Amino acid sequence: MAETHSLHDLQQPTVSSKVFVQRDYGSGTISKFQTKFPSELESRIDKQQFEETIQTLNNLYAEAEKLGGKSYLEGCLACLTAYTIFLCMETHYEKVLKKIARYIKDQNEKIYAPRGLLLTDPIERGLRVVEITIFEERSIGSGR
Amino acid sequence: MSAVMITRKVRKWEKLPGKNTFCCDGRVMMARQKGVFYLTLFLIVGTCSLFFAFECPYLAVHLSPTVPVFAIVLFFFVIAMLLRTSFSDPGVLPRALPEEATFIEMEIEAANGNVPAGQRPPPRIRNVQINNQIVKLKYCYTCKIFRPPRASHCSICDNCVDRFDHHCPWVGNCVGKRNYRYFYMFTLSLSLLTIYIFTFDIVHVVMRSVDNGFLNTLKETPGTVLEVLVCFFTLWSVVGLTGFHTYLISLNQTTNEDIKGSWSGKNRVQNPYSHKNCFKNCFEVLCGPTYPSVLDRRGVMQEGSPVSAASAVPPSSSSNPVSQTTKTTAPLIPNEHTPDDAKPSIADSAEKNSSPREETPMAPPLASPEPDAEVAVAKDPVH
Repeated sequence: MAETHSLHDLQQPTVSSKVFVQRDYGSGTISKFQTKFPSELESRIDKQQFEETIQTLNNLYAEAEKLGGKSYLEGCLACLTAYTIFLCMETHYEKVLKKIARYIKDQNEKIYAPRGLLLTDPIERGLRVVEITIFEERSIGSGR
Repeated sequence: MSAVMITRKVRKWEKLPGKNTFCCDGRVMMARQKGVFYLTLFLIVGTCSLFFAFECPYLAVHLSPTVPVFAIVLFFFVIAMLLRTSFSDPGVLPRALPEEATFIEMEIEAANGNVPAGQRPPPRIRNVQINNQIVKLKYCYTCKIFRPPRASHCSICDNCVDRFDHHCPWVGNCVGKRNYRYFYMFTLSLSLLTIYIFTFDIVHVVMRSVDNGFLNTLKETPGTVLEVLVCFFTLWSVVGLTGFHTYLISLNQTTNEDIKGSWSGKNRVQNPYSHKNCFKNCFEVLCGPTYPSVLDRRGVMQEGSPVSAASAVPPSSSSNPVSQTTKTTAPLIPNEHTPDDAKPSIADSAEKNSSPREETPMAPPLASPEPDAEVAVAKDPVH
């Protein structure tokens, strides 16, 4: 047992901590995250860089939840077909979610992973938080 | 419940902590109590069958063939809406994972400062400003999150539901953000169907009575009497309910908010979510964007998810969701309400007394001793 433990510890970088960027409800229940820069990330990433990521995410969610002719058309059309159309059609929201997943993957590869950080897609956390995992260098023993 | 093979993939719906039932490998999600739902289904199907059996043939010949056609269309629409309402995820908010719960817990502690021993800590409330209104977000002790605005915890399903409207036993599900429009279309179409059947029942009786006399008609079509009775009593409640929900939609309110009087104007609090335009409110509620389910019920449980703590879980115990436990988080979560990590051990120990390994999806036998030990270790620092 003890052997497997230490082996395992060495193989993976230890998770030191996580930061959770909370939702910003200022403009209602639309999905929007706070752009306040968490102090835990100070040594790792630029404030501007972080804000840009969150702002882009917010813009994408705003695009998904935008009220307007297009979403009304989709809603009415779906209603007329007793919502069976969704069996063969992707909703606008789902399309944007895929875009978000791609964006997060891209950001992780280009910016966050090299700095020992990892963004988690908010949809995996119920659109409640943006989870940022801070990995520590491959050291012995966990962070805390 | 299905007997589970060890080699099978474990999907996420099997681990959801709420009191729901799932069918079709997680595609269908409902509350546990479904008796009233079956009653609803029986009443609708029963009444319509009687209508199609007794009145439709006569009406099609003597009045117009469009009468049954329209009834069939309406009937299928009602059933589709009912099933859609009952089987969808109402907008359940997933519970916080241990790390997130710890994070929130620490934030609360930081905000409260040091509470002297024996004194009650202040209530866990967070104020947010929404469109210039202060809205209180309450902490949910079960889900370990601050409930988003408009969300509420359904005691029957034991889930926090976004834009919670009410728990409807008739459809056997909560009504919330994701299925409210289906629910409204269901009540609306059901009102139309009830009025339709009721009207044509009367027309049918009148037309036959002209030829055969009233009493003979009743003897010939005994189903009509039953239908008229069912429709008569359904009519008032369903039409009333539709009217009530139309009123709520035009104000962009939920039943929950209406009952609690959240925006009744007592303290000059106005509904911050309303667009102040009843057409825009209707459009938003009924035709707005279709929100996705955030539960990912059909997703496969990951083996080495990034959440998992590297320590304490030997590599052999793959596909063990319990690996998400970390030693750091356990002490901060009080052991009331059994956090996710403690569950497998409880299930396990309960199992040993009862049936042999029937509901083992909680933890594959290979790994089952591990979480036991782990939880025990993790809980030690508390005491």
